[in-house]
Amino acid sequence: MLRDIIIGQYYQTESVIHKLDPRVKLGGTLLYIISLFCFNNFIGYALAVLFLGIVIRLSHVPFKLMVRGMKAIVFLLLITAAFNLFLTPGEPIVSVWKLSITKEGVALAVTMAVRLSLLIIGSSIMTLTTTPNNLTDGMEKMMSPLKVFRIPVHEVAMMMSIALRFIPILLEETDKIMKAQIARGADFESGNIFARAKALVPLLIPLFVSAFRRANDLAMAMEARCYRGGDGRTKMKPLVYARRDVLAYVCIVGYLVVSIVAGRIALG
Amino acid sequence: MSIVFENINYIYNAGMPMERKALKNICLEIPMGQFVGLIGHTGSGKSTLIQHMNGLLKATSGALYFQGKNIYEKGYDFKSLRSKVGLVFQYPEHQLFEVDVFSDVCFGPKNLGLGQEEVEHRAKEALRLVGIEDHMFFQSPFELSGGQKRRVAIAGVLAMEPDVLILDEPTAGLDPKGRGEILDLIKQLQIKTGKTIILVSHSMEDVAEYVDRIIVMNQGGVMLDGTPREVFTHTEELEEVGLAAPEVTYILRDLKKRGLDVDTGAITIPEAAEAIAEALCCEIL
Amino acid sequence: MNIIETKDLTYEYVRRDDQGNIEGIVKAVDDVSLRVEQGQFVAILGHNGSGKSTLAKHLNAILKPGEGTVWVDGMDTTDDSHLWDVRQRAGMVFQNPDNQIIGQVVEEDVGFGPENMGVPTKEIWERVEESLRAVGMYLYRKDSPNQLSGGQKQRVSIAGVLAMHPKCIVLDEPTAMLDPSGRKEVISAIRGLNDVEGVTVILITHYMEEIIYADKVFVMDDGKIAMEGTPKEIFSQVEKLQALRLDVPQVTLLAEALKKKGIALPDGIITREELTTALGFEK
Repeated sequence: MLRDIIIGQYYQTESVIHKLDPRVKLGGTLLYIISLFCFNNFIGYALAVLFLGIVIRLSHVPFKLMVRGMKAIVFLLLITAAFNLFLTPGEPIVSVWKLSITKEGVALAVTMAVRLSLLIIGSSIMTLTTTPNNLTDGMEKMMSPLKVFRIPVHEVAMMMSIALRFIPILLEETDKIMKAQIARGADFESGNIFARAKALVPLLIPLFVSAFRRANDLAMAMEARCYRGGDGRTKMKPLVYARRDVLAYVCIVGYLVVSIVAGRIALG
Repeated sequence: MSIVFENINYIYNAGMPMERKALKNICLEIPMGQFVGLIGHTGSGKSTLIQHMNGLLKATSGALYFQGKNIYEKGYDFKSLRSKVGLVFQYPEHQLFEVDVFSDVCFGPKNLGLGQEEVEHRAKEALRLVGIEDHMFFQSPFELSGGQKRRVAIAGVLAMEPDVLILDEPTAGLDPKGRGEILDLIKQLQIKTGKTIILVSHSMEDVAEYVDRIIVMNQGGVMLDGTPREVFTHTEELEEVGLAAPEVTYILRDLKKRGLDVDTGAITIPEAAEAIAEALCCEIL
Repeated sequence: MNIIETKDLTYEYVRRDDQGNIEGIVKAVDDVSLRVEQGQFVAILGHNGSGKSTLAKHLNAILKPGEGTVWVDGMDTTDDSHLWDVRQRAGMVFQNPDNQIIGQVVEEDVGFGPENMGVPTKEIWERVEESLRAVGMYLYRKDSPNQLSGGQKQRVSIAGVLAMHPKCIVLDEPTAMLDPSGRKEVISAIRGLNDVEGVTVILITHYMEEIIYADKVFVMDDGKIAMEGTPKEIFSQVEKLQALRLDVPQVTLLAEALKKKGIALPDGIITREELTTALGFEK
């Protein structure tokens, strides 16, 4: 189940997109999402799909991986589409009982579904081509101006990267504790929702105890290795923009301009 | 009355790129009442094997019989299987969760649907068997020492009164004192209750003295199977897979190689001392 | 020159009940004075609860002495202005390999210490490479720690400390959670550090086989130093060790059993070779 959620999973391979600075990918994803909401016509979507297609091609990540990632949100897509179909006022096509599907509804449902899919695939390219560590580094660097407002940017980034390191360990631990309790006759699968919630106690308490113990150990280990916050720290892998990063920015901004202009022309 | 593995195969992540064969065509029979040592280094498949015995893992192919019945047959009652085959995981103290020691041990028998009186009776019995004294029954399990926590966790499984008790590296992470205590405890359990015991370990010395039979696993298969004496004659094979016979076996072999006519079958220190003393006597004569 | 010295070190844990009242005081370390010279391989032995881990935590200022003094490379650990120097000089490796690796890639974890110390980027890379080579983990530098075995993870942890260029490494039961092959790996890496790199090693353990190569051994019991000497001196006192409920190597036990049978053997036999030779069977 958790394995199907593709966002946050890194796909190891060599490509131009993999090599880009994480800040470019973060910024680019943001601009791409903005672009999706800047237009509402066929040309705009065609451009967005084309742009995405080129990036996917460059990334060397198999397309079917992204499709698999979509599965997790099919439900969300269907609900959004249903709401749009039935609740948009306009010229009715079909009426069932009090609900009616309107022409505008169909149009909106289709465009929203397309937008959402592009958005999800667009952001999954970012996570598929960037290691979580790189991503937190990128965020830390991009957000560093916020330090002026006393926002603990370094600490938040450190917490994220530690969380990412411990997620697989805690998942494995959950599996172990669950098995141990099943061996003692625990039943996690039957009963109503309350019975099931109660059955989780023997799983959750040991898990929390272990998580706290690990946190305690880790804090001690970090202190022993001279960790004292972000000040005065150097970086083993500092983020430095390369030529290809500048080029990538130009491409993204170029795409944004073209898609806005195309939208205007179509409207005009 | 026994546990029988018939051509058991198990594949992790079947059909995925990370597919890995964890068990390869395992055929074994473990009769009731036997004390078995299951040895192998990390990743040899020993943990996977024991999780088949109480149905936590289901074989990809093959059949597993418990007391004559194939557990993979439709409608087999796994809950009752788990009450008869008790499995104590590695670091079992990590599963403790109740407010006090006694309630924690009650968890297993309670899940079997027994009456309150019977549950408490069994919990008391189990705690006494592992040597936890009455005054500790209502302490928080988190306040106990490492060795005590582990004994409480073992009691948690014993309280279900299983016919077969499987312990996965019960001495891992303990100091020599705790290790000795746990091993003695297991031996005592075997003598007092006559249960079938399967002791999983990566240390030959831990099991050599105690068990009737040693099964050595390597790369998902059974590599050696026999009495400790038989198994330890295969020192070279054991070393190839990163295991070792008890230290005394090596000393006896060294002595033999260098000309002392000594019986190299001994596996414990008193036996070895006896053998060396005897050989030296004969030499003088 | 003593890299580490403790004088009359005492540390107490206060146990409190639910209401916060003092229930009892446990003297975890009780009046311990010891000296470790630069370049030595020192082992501290004792069972759980003997105070050896509490002592270890004093050696890089994770704990501060209740009474007495601890000096690391001449610096008093209670002096906060030297705190980070102390921690850099005396690095520490802990028991659980999972709970001390911070990076998601081996090389990034090894770089963590130097990053904290403000070492320039180029030098971090050099230190990471040499440290990973020293423990034989260079080939795994791009791997995720989650894919490594226990022994490999511990070697990465050691490299992480080594990259800080400490004068002394304190290892607090680094092998307690490992299988025999992992234990061998880690011990040979530690011996390498001491022999080849000349780093002072303080190894805290309860495995007897691991202290055979030490220059000096301290045995702790009940917060105090119960025995002190070379491994040979320690192992010649089999009965005392057993009274402290510590393991004695099988070879030593066998030698002891033979002596009881009237066979003349010297005290303190700790290797197979020594025993067979002493019995008159040379190679």
